[in-house]
Amino acid sequence: MNLTTPLGDEVLDLRAGDRVTLTGTIYTARDEAHLRMMEEGIPFDPVGAAVYHCGPVVRDGRLVVAGPTTSARMNALTGFLIDAGVRALIGKGGMGPEVVEQLRGRAVYLAFTGGCAALAADRMSLSGVYFEDLGMAEAVWIIEADHLPLTVGIDARGGDLFSAVREKAKTQFHQRFNIR
Amino acid sequence: MTHPADPALLRALATATEKALLEAEIRLPTDVLAALRRAAAAEKNEVARQEFALILENIALAGERQVPICQDTGVPVVYLTLPPDVPFTPDLFAGIREGVRRATTAIPLRPNVVDPLTRENTGDNTGAGMPAVHVVFGDRLTVTVLPKGAGSENASRIGMLLPSQAADIPRFVAETMLIAGGKPCPPVFLGVGIGGTFDGAAALAKEALLLPVDTMDDYEQEICDAVNALGIGPMGLGGETTALAVKVKRRDCHTASLPVAVNVQCWACRRATVEVER
Repeated sequence: MNLTTPLGDEVLDLRAGDRVTLTGTIYTARDEAHLRMMEEGIPFDPVGAAVYHCGPVVRDGRLVVAGPTTSARMNALTGFLIDAGVRALIGKGGMGPEVVEQLRGRAVYLAFTGGCAALAADRMSLSGVYFEDLGMAEAVWIIEADHLPLTVGIDARGGDLFSAVREKAKTQFHQRFNIR
Repeated sequence: MTHPADPALLRALATATEKALLEAEIRLPTDVLAALRRAAAAEKNEVARQEFALILENIALAGERQVPICQDTGVPVVYLTLPPDVPFTPDLFAGIREGVRRATTAIPLRPNVVDPLTRENTGDNTGAGMPAVHVVFGDRLTVTVLPKGAGSENASRIGMLLPSQAADIPRFVAETMLIAGGKPCPPVFLGVGIGGTFDGAAALAKEALLLPVDTMDDYEQEICDAVNALGIGPMGLGGETTALAVKVKRRDCHTASLPVAVNVQCWACRRATVEVER
C-alpha cells in the first residue's frame, strides 16, 4: 500500500507489521526542533503531516544521506504534534507507552530501517528548511519522499510491534537465566 | 622539553586520517559484509528478511553513489599505531585533527561534535578530546578509524561485577541488549571488555570492535547465542538475528573486582586502516 501526504483516516486502518510506502512531503525533526516548535509553534501545516525523526547530511541544498534517528529520544516531546494533527511519525527503534496512547485513534508510527541513509536519500529530494540556525542535524528539513519503504511499528489501535518483541525478549531472558 | 613532529609527517597523518574516514564511511569491511550476508541468508522471520534486504540495498547504493552508509557519520575514534622510530609527541594529534576537519568537508560528514552541556556544535567534528585518539605501538605507522554513531554508543553499558559473578557475564551482555531493544539499530556487533579497571574495561570493549568478526571462539559464541535467543531482531522488529557477532577482550584486574563493559555497535561496523606514507 502506498500512503500519500497529507494523510487522513486511511492511517487508522493500518496494522502493526504492515509494510507500506510513503510518498509526499515529510518534515524532519529531532530533539532541538521539537523543543523549538513547542516554544515558537509548528512552522508547517501539521494537519495530515508526517514527521521524520532524522538529521540528514545536506550539501549545497541537496540531501546526501538521510536515514532515521532513534525515535525514543522524542518520547516526552511528541504529544503536541499529534494534538496538532500530525498523522504519522517516521523513525527507528519505536517509542514509549505514552506515545502509543497519544497515537490511539489518531496517527501511526512508521519504522524506517536504521542506517539506511543512502537508500533514504535515493527516495527523497530536499525542498526547503525551517530553523536552519539549529544546525544541519537539528533543523527542520522539508523533504519530498517517493515511495519510502516502511513498516507500521505502532498502529492507531495500540498495536505495537516493538513492545510485543520486547515482551517476548523479556520472557526469553528470564527463562534462559532462571530469573524468577 | 618538547619535540615537535616533522610538518611533513603531520601532513601525511592528516592525509591518512582523511583517507581512512572516507573508506570507513562509504564501504564496510569484508568481514562485516560477510557476517551480514550470512545472517541475511539464514534469517527466517519475514519482517527481518525485508530489513536485511533494505540494509544490503543501502550498502550497495552507498558504494555506487560514493556517499556515507549512514547519516550518523559518528564521532571520530582513532587508533594511531606508532612504530619505534616515530617519537610520541602530542602534536601528532594535530595531524589527525586536520584529517578529520578535511574529511568533514570532503566526504561530507555530519558535524556531530558538540559541547556536552551547552550543546554548541563545533562545526568540524573536532573539539575538546575529539577526535578520540588512542595510541598503540606497532611496527608500522598506521591510522585506524572507527567512526562511532550515537544510537548504538548510547546503548553501551558497564558493570562492576563481583569476582564471584564471572558466570553472570553472558547474562549481563544479554541484559544490555534486552534494555537496548531496537534502539541501537540491530543486528549489532558487541564488543565486550572483561577485566582491567573501570575505564579500562570500556576502552577494551571498544577495541574488541576492531577484531575481525568472521570468527568467534566458544565463549563469544555462547554469549552471541544468548543474545540471539532474545529474538529482538533487525531494528527491534523481531527476528533471529539480534547480534551478528560478539568479540571479547580480556585484561587482568584487581582480585576484588570484575569490570565488564559492553560497547554496542550497529550493523554498520565502520572501520578502516590506512598506512601513513612517509
